[in-house]
Amino acid sequence: MTTYVGKPVRRVEDHRFITGRGRYVDDIKLPGMVYAYIVRSPYAHAKILSIDTSQASTAPGVIAVLTGKDLEADGIGGLPCGWQVNFRDGTQMKEPKHPVIAVDKVRHVGEPVAVIIAETREQAKDAAELLTIEYEELPAVVDPQKAVEDGAPLVHDDAPRNLAFDWEIGDKAKTEAAFQEADRIVELELENQRLVPNAIEPRAAIGDYNPGTDHTTLYTTSQNPHLIRLLLCAFVMGLPEHKVRVVSPDVGGGFGSKIFHYNEEVIVTWAARKLKRPVKWTAERSESFLSDRHGRDHRTKVQLALKNDGTFLGLKVRTYANLGAYLSTFAPAIPTYLYGTLLQGVYTTPAIYCEVYGVFTHTVPVDAYRGAGRPEATYLLERIVDLAARELNMDPADIRKKNFIPPFDGIEQPGYQTQVALQYDSGNYEAALNRLLEMANYSEWRRKQQELRSQGRYIGLGLSTYIEACGIAPSAVVGALGARAGLYDSATVRVHPTGKVSVYVGVHAHGQGHETTFAQIVADKLGIALEDVEIVHGDTAEIPFGMGTYGSRSLAVGGSAMVRALDKILEKATKIAAHLLEAPESDLEFREGKWYVKGTEKSISFPEVALAAYVPHNYPPDLEPGLEAESFYDPKNFTFPFGAHLAVVEVDPETGEVKLLDYYAVDDFGNIVNPLVVEGQVHGGIVQGVGQALYEEARYDENGQLLTGTFLEYAMPRADEFPMFKVDHTVTPCPHNPLGAKGAGETGTIAATAAVANAVADALQPFGVKHVPMPMTPQRVWTAIQASQQVA
Amino acid sequence: MGVPIKVTVNSRQYEAEVDPRMLLVHFLRDVLDLTGTHVGCDTSSCGACTVILNGKAVKSCTLLAVQADGAEILTVEGLEQNGKLHPIQEGFREEHGLQCGFCTPGMIMTAYDLLQRNPNPSEAEIRHALEGNFCRCTGYQNIVKAVQYAAAKMSS
Repeated sequence: MTTYVGKPVRRVEDHRFITGRGRYVDDIKLPGMVYAYIVRSPYAHAKILSIDTSQASTAPGVIAVLTGKDLEADGIGGLPCGWQVNFRDGTQMKEPKHPVIAVDKVRHVGEPVAVIIAETREQAKDAAELLTIEYEELPAVVDPQKAVEDGAPLVHDDAPRNLAFDWEIGDKAKTEAAFQEADRIVELELENQRLVPNAIEPRAAIGDYNPGTDHTTLYTTSQNPHLIRLLLCAFVMGLPEHKVRVVSPDVGGGFGSKIFHYNEEVIVTWAARKLKRPVKWTAERSESFLSDRHGRDHRTKVQLALKNDGTFLGLKVRTYANLGAYLSTFAPAIPTYLYGTLLQGVYTTPAIYCEVYGVFTHTVPVDAYRGAGRPEATYLLERIVDLAARELNMDPADIRKKNFIPPFDGIEQPGYQTQVALQYDSGNYEAALNRLLEMANYSEWRRKQQELRSQGRYIGLGLSTYIEACGIAPSAVVGALGARAGLYDSATVRVHPTGKVSVYVGVHAHGQGHETTFAQIVADKLGIALEDVEIVHGDTAEIPFGMGTYGSRSLAVGGSAMVRALDKILEKATKIAAHLLEAPESDLEFREGKWYVKGTEKSISFPEVALAAYVPHNYPPDLEPGLEAESFYDPKNFTFPFGAHLAVVEVDPETGEVKLLDYYAVDDFGNIVNPLVVEGQVHGGIVQGVGQALYEEARYDENGQLLTGTFLEYAMPRADEFPMFKVDHTVTPCPHNPLGAKGAGETGTIAATAAVANAVADALQPFGVKHVPMPMTPQRVWTAIQASQQVA
Repeated sequence: MGVPIKVTVNSRQYEAEVDPRMLLVHFLRDVLDLTGTHVGCDTSSCGACTVILNGKAVKSCTLLAVQADGAEILTVEGLEQNGKLHPIQEGFREEHGLQCGFCTPGMIMTAYDLLQRNPNPSEAEIRHALEGNFCRCTGYQNIVKAVQYAAAKMSS
C-alpha cells in the first residue's frame, strides 16, 4: 500500500546543503544593503543617563545612529507576550513593557541600547567605539529565589517581589491528605540550570523596503514566519499585514530559540523603512549568548509520598522559575502549562499539587528551549522516583512498573485523565520499558555493576520513563489557558496541469526534514513519484497562515492539515475521473495513482485527471476547473509520545569524571513516516539532554554578568564524548489525528537528562551520594563524593 | 588601503584587494560569494567555517584573508566533480549525517582532511577528528557513520 511512508527515504533537501548551496539569511545579499551593529548594555541593571551620538554619527561609512528615543518617536511599541498566566488570586499577570531598544533603564547585560548603521559591518562596529553612553549602575538580582525576598532589587517598579505571576495546579487538600497517610516521604531540592540553546546558525535578520509599492520584507531566522509577521504588524509597528512579507529561508537549527519575536527583527524592519535601504544584522556568537532567549532555570522542591511497598500516593512540587528581565513570547506558558501539567508522568499517582512562581531577574529572558517545561518536569519526577526506589531498596525498574498507568489505546479504552488537567491520548508505558530492558540486557548490566564495584570501578544505570505533550491544541482550550494565539496549522495542495504537486505548509523546517517526510505522505496518497512533489515552507507570500514549528507539532498538526487537503484533492479528482471513465464514482477504485473501473482494466491516471482539471473540455458540468485544496486543522487534543531510556555511565571517584558508556532509547511516537529522520531526531535530542546533565550551564555572577558568554566557557557536547546510541521504538498510534502520529522532536532532551542524572547517582550509591547538581562536572561529582564521605 | 592578494579557490584563480583585517571566511563569503562556508562563532570553537588550505583543514575565521595570499583553498563548493558528489558528501546524505545543514560544510571539510591523513580511521579516531566541529542537531552519530561510509567507498 505504501511506497514511501514508513521507509528510510534519503532526504531530498540534503543536496543543497552538502554542496554548499543552502540559502540562510546571512547568505542573502541585496543591492544597496547596509549593516546594523547593535550596541548592548554592559550592565545588568543601570539607568541610562545620556547617549552622545555625535562622534559615532560622523564616523566613516555611518548612515545612522538610532536609539530607543528615535524608536519611540516613530511610534514603535514594545515586544508583546503571547501567553497570559494570572496570579492565583485572579490578579492579572505583570507584563511590563519590553522595549525593543532600552530608553531610560537597562535590565540585563546584552539589552540593546543603540543601533549603528553603516555601509559595512566593520564600519558599524568601529563607530560603536565612538558612542558615549553614560550609565548609573544599580544593584541587580539574578537568582529567582533571592529575587522574591524582601528588599531584593526590583527589575520592574510595578512588579512587587519581582513576581510576574504565581500559579498552581492540582488538588492541594487531597495531596496534603495523601501525605498524611503515607508510610514515607522522599524529598529533594534541585536546580534545573539555565541553558543557552546555541543553534549553530546565529540569528540574523534583513529588513527590505520598497517605497514604490510600500511593501516591506523581513528575512529572518525564524521557526514561525507568520507569527512574526502578525506580532510585528499588529502589536509592534502598526504596519498593514498585507504589505509585509516575512521569509524564513533555510534556518540553521532552532530548538525553540527562533520561535520568539526578537528586538532585532523590529530594528532592521524599522531602519530599512526609515533609511529606504536594505538593512542586515547578523549575530556574532557572543551576542547570541546575550540576546537569544535562554532555557530552563528552575529552583524546585519536590516531595513524593508513598507506601512502603513502593506505591505512589502523592506528589508536591514548588518551583521558582526564572523568567529573566522581560516576558518573552511564550515565556509564561513554559513553567506552567507545559510543566505542571506533565507531573503525572506515566504513573498513577492519585494526588498531585504544584505551585510555580514566575520571577523577573536581571538576566536574559527565558523561554522555550527544546522540550520546554517537559524536561524540567521529567527531571524532577524521574529523580524523585529513583530516590524513592533507593530508599525502599527496590530496583528502579520495579518501582516504575508498580506505578505505571495500565495500557490504553484511546479507542477501545478511553484516554487517561490525569490529576493535572491533561487527558493522555494513548499509551503503553510498560511495553516501552520492557522492550528497553530487553534491548539493553539490563539484568546483565546490573550483574556487571556488582562485579565491577568489587574491582573498585563504579558504573551506574539510569532509567527515565517519560511522557511529553506535543502538538499543543485545541485552540479553544489553549485560549482558555491564556494563549493569545490559536494552535492549528495549515496546508495548501496545488496540483499542476502536468500532475506535479506543490504543497505549501504553515509549519517550518529548520532541520526536521519536512521536504522529504511530508512529500512521502503526498506521494503515497496520490500514487505519484516522490520527485513529483515539492514541499514549500517559510515564506508568508507563498504559504497559508500557519503557526510554525515547535513542540514537535509539525507532523501531528501540519501533517494532518496536509492529509485533509489531500483528501479534498482526491474527492474532486475522483469526480473528474468518474466523468472521464463514464462510470459512477462508486464503481471506481483508486490505487497506485490510477482510478480503475472495478473489475476492469479501464483506468485513468492522476496526471490525466490533473490535466483535465485545467483543460476542462470534457468535464463534469457542475464542477469548478482547477485542482487545488487548502485545509486548516485544529487538533482535538495534544499528542502524548512516551518512552523509556537507559544511560550507563562510569564515574571515576578519584577525578569525578563521568563517562557515558552506553545509551539505549525506546520511544513511542505513534506511527512513523521516516525512521531515518526520526532516529536522527532521537540522537540529537539525547546529546542535548546529556549536554545539560554533564556539560552545559549559563552561569551569572551576582552582578548579573554572564560568566559563560562564549563557546570557550559554555561547554557544548562534542563528538568524542559519546558512544553509539542503540535506538528502537514501540508503536501506539495517536487515536485522534489522521496520521496516528505523535511527534518526535523533543524526546531526547526530555528523557536523557534525567537518565544520566539517575545513572550518576546510581554509580555513586556506594559513596552515599544521593544527588549531584547539574551539570555534573568532575568538580561537582568529586565534591559530592568528598562531602558525603565527611558525613559518613 | 586594500592589500592585493592572489588565491586559488576550488581550482579557480582570484585576485582581489582586501582590507588587512578581513577574515578569510568573510573573503570567501562576501567577496567570492562562496556562502557554503559558514560562520558559527567568534572564538574558533565551532568549526562551521572549516576549509582546506594548502592541503590542511583550517578554521577560516582564524586566518586573515591576507594570510591566504598565494594559497590554494578548497571549499565545500569545490568537492563535487563533473556533477558527481564526493564520497563524503554522498556519505552525509546516505547516513542522514545532517539536519539543518549549517555545520555540514565544516564537518565535510574536516572529514576530508581526516580521510586524507588516515584513509581507514577507527570510530574513536573519527570522533576525535570531529571534536572541533559542533553540531547541535544530529548528536554526531550519523556524522560518524557518514565518514565511515566515505572511508569504505574511497578505499574500494
